[in-house]
Amino acid sequence: MSTITHTRAFNGRGVLAIFRFEMARARRTLWQSLVTPVITTSLYFVVFGAAIGSRMSEVDGVPYGAFIVPGLIMLSLFTESLSNSSFGIYLPRFIGTIYEILSAPISAFEMVLGYVGAAAAKSVILGLVILATATLFVPIRILHPVWMLAFLVLTATTFSLFGFIIGIWAKGFEQLQFVPMLIITPLTFLGGAFYSIDMLPGTWRIFSLFNPVVYLISGFRWSFYGTSDVGVGISLAATLGILALCLALVWWIFRTGYRLKT
Amino acid sequence: MDRVDPTAVQSVISIAGLTKTYASGLQALKRVDLEIRRGEIFALLGPNGAGKTTLISIVCGIVTPTSGQVLVDGHDILREYRATRSRIGLVPQELHTDMFETVWGTVRFSRGLFGLAPNAAHLEKVLRDLSLWEKRNDKIMTLSGGMKRRVLIAKALAHEPQILFLDEPTAGVDVELRRDMWALVRRLRASGVTIILTTHYIDEAEEMADRIGVVSRGELIVVEEKTALMKKLGKKQLTLHLLEPMTAIPAALADWNLTLNNGGCDLEYTFLSSDEGKAIPALLRRIGELGIGYRDLNTRQSSLEDIFVSLVSERA
Ligand SMILES: Nc1ncnc2c1ncn2[C@@H]1O[C@H](COP(=O)(O)OP(=O)(O)OP(=O)(O)O)[C@@H](O)[C@H]1O
Ligand SMILES: [Mg+2]
Repeated sequence: MSTITHTRAFNGRGVLAIFRFEMARARRTLWQSLVTPVITTSLYFVVFGAAIGSRMSEVDGVPYGAFIVPGLIMLSLFTESLSNSSFGIYLPRFIGTIYEILSAPISAFEMVLGYVGAAAAKSVILGLVILATATLFVPIRILHPVWMLAFLVLTATTFSLFGFIIGIWAKGFEQLQFVPMLIITPLTFLGGAFYSIDMLPGTWRIFSLFNPVVYLISGFRWSFYGTSDVGVGISLAATLGILALCLALVWWIFRTGYRLKT
Repeated sequence: MDRVDPTAVQSVISIAGLTKTYASGLQALKRVDLEIRRGEIFALLGPNGAGKTTLISIVCGIVTPTSGQVLVDGHDILREYRATRSRIGLVPQELHTDMFETVWGTVRFSRGLFGLAPNAAHLEKVLRDLSLWEKRNDKIMTLSGGMKRRVLIAKALAHEPQILFLDEPTAGVDVELRRDMWALVRRLRASGVTIILTTHYIDEAEEMADRIGVVSRGELIVVEEKTALMKKLGKKQLTLHLLEPMTAIPAALADWNLTLNNGGCDLEYTFLSSDEGKAIPALLRRIGELGIGYRDLNTRQSSLEDIFVSLVSERA
């Protein structure tokens, strides 16, 4: 038997092992991971883009079909990041294989990097696939591709972190579904995914400003068309703010061993 | 806070004043002190719920201790967890396995998780040692329970640990596989690996262990060399099959711990193994003097199981 004489300060191989494991899980369920969201998105195009869009010509000078693309991508990004990441950490807790992760020479940060990194990577790929699907329906131009990617990666990371928290908090499979279904989907629909919040009556518009999703979608749409509901600086600040909040929560989870260790 | 004695350099694991109180308020471990020697096979015995798994889980980093200190190879399990965990392999009591991964995939994962570079040759050897090589491309969920147990052992060995914890490795395992496992454990020991195992099969501990620890209700009540334990606490029994049945034990033999059995035909003498050598000759001489005749005689040594049962029930 070999003797491990020195221990590295960063277990990169461990991170990679978790990352690969999670990606392999997605490959096995490729149908759910990619095909389902692509089909769902296409249906949105048929309903919103073609049926409604034909009556709604333009929003902020952008054809309606094109206008909803960033919102649609964000909607999928939210739900897929959440479900991928929450399931990824909940499953080992549920079937007990978490024992191996907990007994491995891997830090909390590295563990999060593996799980959240994989979930975020899957979501970014998914977002790009949806974008590609969208170009089949409507012509799309991207004014600020670097910012577009930045918002995509930031949002995927934030929601994957959020999903990780849910996966650790959840006591059952129903609870895994709970947050995406009851909170994220309504917030997204009310968050200007399919319209500009300027189109809302006064009080609703003010209400909307308390919906964090508005800032995420607005910033992302700005990177496409240069128009936005709120200033792009505010969008970016809000995105980073939510990211920081999730990071703080994850940090607390590992500090206290909450629902991971007894 | 309890501190490990720094002079105990021989120990590969030093546990001092280890206490665990679960959130439920249940005290699973009560100030446990234990030194595991490098290269030994240590068997942890104890009834259900005694705290064996809790003890192992703390050393491996799965359960947080309430107080006390654990050093592995001189490193603190909390502050220097990377150093301690990379030395340890754990085979858990429950069959916690992935379902859709292949055997090969899962052992590769384990090695990577512990931060080691891929080494197909080592993994092949581990799988061959456990007769899993033929199954390497099978999904874990298609394997039988005994096979899954072997997969867990293979995972624990994937990162070449110096210390191996086996929490009831032979529960639900057939006789042949049990023998195979014993052989594997011996081979590992021969290669320098320290092994700590728990088991409910006392014959297993008797067969395998160098030292034995008995846990009861969160306390380590005995830690002893196996042979010394059996000698110290073991009892011997001499049975004389008499020619003529006896109705009562003669007063001249009152000094010996004797009982009459089998309708007065058998005279039984029970004594501590440590008195061996002086007890029997004296008794037989006395019996000869009294003119008591016997056809045959035999002696029996109490097994580790008897010792274990009496130890644990004493405390109950
Ligand atoms: N997560 C937990 N929360 C609360 N109590 C626990 C927990 N895990 C174990 N216990 C309790 O701690 C005590 C010791 O349990 P442990 O699993 O360490 O026993 P054991 O010696 O391994 O038993 P067995 O031979 O049945 O495996 C038991 O009373 C058990 O109910
Ligand atoms: Mg146990």
